[in-house]
Amino acid sequence: MTLKIIPKTEISNWIELLNRKYRIIAPAPVQQHFAFKEVKSFSEMDLGYRTTILPPKKALSPQYEELLTFNNLENHTEAVIDDTPTVLFGVHTCDLHAINFLDTVFQRDYTDQHYFSRRKNTVIVSLECLEPCTEYSFCKDMGTYTAPAELDLHMVDIGDAYALNVGSESGEKLLNGIERVHLAADKDEKQLNRVLHNKWPRFTYHLHADITELPGLMGSSYKSPIWEDLGKRCLGCGSCTLVCPTCYCFDMVDEADFAGNSGHRCRVWDSCQLNQFASVAGGHDFRPGQANRQRHRFFRKYKYQSFAPSLLGCVGCGRCSSACLVDITPVDTLNKLFHRRVAAKHTRQEAVAQ
Amino acid sequence: MIAGLKDALMETSVYLPIQARIRDIHQMNELTKLFTIDLPAGINLNHRPGQFLQVSIMGVGEAPISISSSPSRTNGSFQMCVRKAGDFTGVMHKLQPGDTLGVRGPFGHGFPYERFRGKDMLFTPGGIGLPPLRSLINQVLDDRSNYGRVIILYGARNPSELLFKEELQEWEEREDVELLVTVDRGDENWKGYVGVITTLFPKIQVYAPNTVSFTCGPQVMYRFVVTELIGMGIREGNIYLDMERRMKCGIGKCGHCQINHEYTCKDGPCFTYAHLKTLEEGL
Repeated sequence: MTLKIIPKTEISNWIELLNRKYRIIAPAPVQQHFAFKEVKSFSEMDLGYRTTILPPKKALSPQYEELLTFNNLENHTEAVIDDTPTVLFGVHTCDLHAINFLDTVFQRDYTDQHYFSRRKNTVIVSLECLEPCTEYSFCKDMGTYTAPAELDLHMVDIGDAYALNVGSESGEKLLNGIERVHLAADKDEKQLNRVLHNKWPRFTYHLHADITELPGLMGSSYKSPIWEDLGKRCLGCGSCTLVCPTCYCFDMVDEADFAGNSGHRCRVWDSCQLNQFASVAGGHDFRPGQANRQRHRFFRKYKYQSFAPSLLGCVGCGRCSSACLVDITPVDTLNKLFHRRVAAKHTRQEAVAQ
Repeated sequence: MIAGLKDALMETSVYLPIQARIRDIHQMNELTKLFTIDLPAGINLNHRPGQFLQVSIMGVGEAPISISSSPSRTNGSFQMCVRKAGDFTGVMHKLQPGDTLGVRGPFGHGFPYERFRGKDMLFTPGGIGLPPLRSLINQVLDDRSNYGRVIILYGARNPSELLFKEELQEWEEREDVELLVTVDRGDENWKGYVGVITTLFPKIQVYAPNTVSFTCGPQVMYRFVVTELIGMGIREGNIYLDMERRMKCGIGKCGHCQINHEYTCKDGPCFTYAHLKTLEEGL
């Protein structure tokens, strides 16, 4: 990796140049919040954003996505593949970890060409967070509060300039033609180290268990009464999964014209928290009740998906906690599970001692 | 170059079905039809018994449907037996010979039937669970000398819901097939057994260490059937169960069919009881 420097006064020019070649998707203010959306200039974005309502995964796996187009009169069906060159700009590191996770998901066993066409044509410019986004962020616990090893171009705010960590050829290419970008000098590296050194203590730990203990903790908590408690509170609205950067479950629906002759087969985000998710024709529901659905969600986040290198199915962004209407949060739930287990262990030890 | 249907998945889109043509439709009973379907010239299904296809009618949707013909009797054409149960199968039942259907697959692990050479094969289908097992039954019957006993215990709600009646007659007449059929409720013409499928078990004797069993049917019957099978001494790893779940993608991504961490579409739909009992959401 090479380290380069771009003065802040040059960013606007840079975006203008990128806009000639790429669709740019970046965080922008929306009412009192922020959202990733298509922008044409630097003035439309806000790199000081805390978190966004929806994660940037929507640029790769949109909420609503045409997979196929069909015309039954001509007996013709065709795949819709999006290969628009895109720059996904200003992505926080938790969300970048999540995208790396999705890359694994959409590639294992069968490659999802729709996702990968977008992914291959998207260059990600990530941004180091210098402060936690919200009270719910637990990215330090999940090991995602700084950049992963695999990245295209990573920005760190070092005062009047950004340090740019160049991690790939496509990342390097984004800097072509920007005159005031230069290799980092000694003083720049020192400044970068100072910024990062000051950053670490601003982030605190929230989980009482270590990330490596979570799959085991889940494994011994399948029958915990906590799930019943969550089930009673959960409204089954599905917000937690819809704002999650690592959730990828989907439904497929056909949208046809009035005569049913032509239209699209679309992929739409789905949620394991919704009551139709596991039911089949004839009405049988294979995962009835909100307690079972919440448990499934937690198991998917902290145990089932350990196939991605050094990642669980959660990056600690805290969006689900912010979105939940009844204050179900991973931190609270995992800590309760942890303390119940510790208490159970003590009881056992005392019983043995007597 | 697409030689097997599965190769099509690697082309432009894993979700793009191949259009196949319905050659024949046979009404099996009030709610169930048997479709014989031709793949486009040059494309083979290359399936294993127990695998399924994602079947599409563009504008209506897609549904997972098991393949009910055996590899031994499948070349360019194959069969699927479909009960009218929901929106998709309702429309599928209105199709006519000559109409097209989209197909993707075959998906899932089938039954590893090469492993069963020399084994006594015990099939216990219930109701609409016969079609997927028929694929394996005919595969075994077409290679009969390589297997031990073939025992079929088949249960249906009433005589009119019995499927593949001509084949049942054939199996009945064969000396190397032991077939017992029961219905929950008989009618005035019914002379066979009456009772749920588990009432058939005491009527047969098996040499348990050499017996492999295959069950497909409504999930509610599995626990009772497994209890019988274990009671007979059949090894948990030799009890195969064909599982039903909601499926959308068929390739282990959409999440609907999960049994704990396993995807029924990709890791199943045929599981051994030894494996399934380690999954809390299994039975």
